[in-house]
Amino acid sequence: MRARSVSKTLGFESFMWLFMRLSGLAMYVFALTGLIIALFMGARTQMDMGTLLRWTFFPIGTHVTSSDILVLEQWINPFWSIIQYLVIAFATLHGTNGLRVVLEDYMDKGWSVYLLRGLLFVVWLFMLLVAFNLIQTSGAI
Amino acid sequence: MPLKRSVSLWQGLKYKGGGPMWAWILHRLSGLGILLFVGLHVLAAFMTAQFGSDAGIAINTIYESWAFQIIVYFSILFHVVNGLRVIVLDFWPALLEHEREAVWAEWFVIVPIFGLATYIIVTKALGG
Repeated sequence: MRARSVSKTLGFESFMWLFMRLSGLAMYVFALTGLIIALFMGARTQMDMGTLLRWTFFPIGTHVTSSDILVLEQWINPFWSIIQYLVIAFATLHGTNGLRVVLEDYMDKGWSVYLLRGLLFVVWLFMLLVAFNLIQTSGAI
Repeated sequence: MPLKRSVSLWQGLKYKGGGPMWAWILHRLSGLGILLFVGLHVLAAFMTAQFGSDAGIAINTIYESWAFQIIVYFSILFHVVNGLRVIVLDFWPALLEHEREAVWAEWFVIVPIFGLATYIIVTKALGG
């Protein structure tokens, strides 16, 4: 079996390779920020484990309003909105690129790869806009 | 020519790639699962907020079931911990010598956290 050839120059693939790792680390930072601040704001006594995990991965108000939180303004404010926008921006591109990498492993090089990339770009843009709209209509900012 | 590889599924299953191979497979499967889960969740919430569709409620009913929560929790936890292993080994290639030990270390982190949360989810589901 012969290993596939990989271009040694810096380009699209190496940029996305770096992005996958850096966005992964960035999402670690956002998740730990959400988890640690939530515990300081009283999550230990005011919400169950499932609610805390939902908040950890995506700190949107609708994820916690059904729990017993006391001060709503602590949980729904511009600080969390900024984190939401950043998480969505990183997560949607990380996920769409992951799907692209998996699919392209099973495709021959050629025009179909570029068709797939165009299609996934539209899907990514749609996901991004839908999620941004949800954040805007969820009450914060 | 990736589509013309002459390896059958059976031969593929017999391949002794070990821990790192299974971690690679699980990373892909869990990643695709999370993308599907989050994509549908965001789409359903959008449909409910904008058009008052029942799709969001129907999907949330599935998502809130305890069996589904265990699967989603495992997928995310594995993808997150394995992703960190990939990042560490990629940025410090000298550590690749201990690749198999790194996968073992990863499971030592995942199993207790997963087991504890699963215990809480199941006992809560059974009315504990």
